[in-house]
Amino acid sequence: MSVEINVTGEVVTVYLSGELDHHTAKEMRETIDAAIELNMPTLVILDFKDITFMDSSGIGLVMGRYRLLQKTGADLHITETPPNIYKVFRLSGIEKLAKLESR
Amino acid sequence: MIKNKFTMTLQSRSFNESFVRATVAAFVLQLDPTIEEISDIKTAVSEAVTNCIVHAYKEKLGNIYITAEIYDNNTLKIKIRDKGCGIENISKAMEPLFTTVGGERAGLGFAVMQSFMDTIKVRSVVGKGTTVYLTKKISQRFNVNG
Repeated sequence: MSVEINVTGEVVTVYLSGELDHHTAKEMRETIDAAIELNMPTLVILDFKDITFMDSSGIGLVMGRYRLLQKTGADLHITETPPNIYKVFRLSGIEKLAKLESR
Repeated sequence: MIKNKFTMTLQSRSFNESFVRATVAAFVLQLDPTIEEISDIKTAVSEAVTNCIVHAYKEKLGNIYITAEIYDNNTLKIKIRDKGCGIENISKAMEPLFTTVGGERAGLGFAVMQSFMDTIKVRSVVGKGTTVYLTKKISQRFNVNG
């Protein structure tokens, strides 16, 4: 599991990799939230290209970041989602909260 | 008729979430599943084990008991049992987006298990524990090598 953050202007892009479950979500959450607080972006992009596994803990992670960004009115995008991860996202109806793109 | 079976007991440590789903996935390989079927099974198992850790034992240590069986009609049966707090209202617990812990849990664990497996059955006694039974029939693909 690793998290890489790239900041360009008002956009924070978060490159997630490895397995996203209840065990790994906490560290990912802390890293993402620190980057949001530091940079106050208007758009946060969560890149799932290198996520190899995700259960509903990933939905919780996205919902939590959505709530955090609502405070400042920033947008949230989920991009490069592999098919198996996309299937979990679709089940949750998360696309009502964040723009969801498959790989 | 049962063709193969394994059982294991492990502690309710969150590290074990990945260990259990990887083990079950490796066991299922003998049925020649598709990548999608493996992914579905791993996701459902991960949800069930996470429920044991987060809800049944409430982040305290307890044992999780896993049994997986393969039947000769290409069906996988998985049993995931804990001796934790039990569920007062199972149908409520299974409603999508219902969660008792709040925070960052989405309340979608049972919804994922229902969607990704063929059947799910939950038995629970408050104060005694919960058992989740999952089944999935693995598609039999045409084998060009006979």
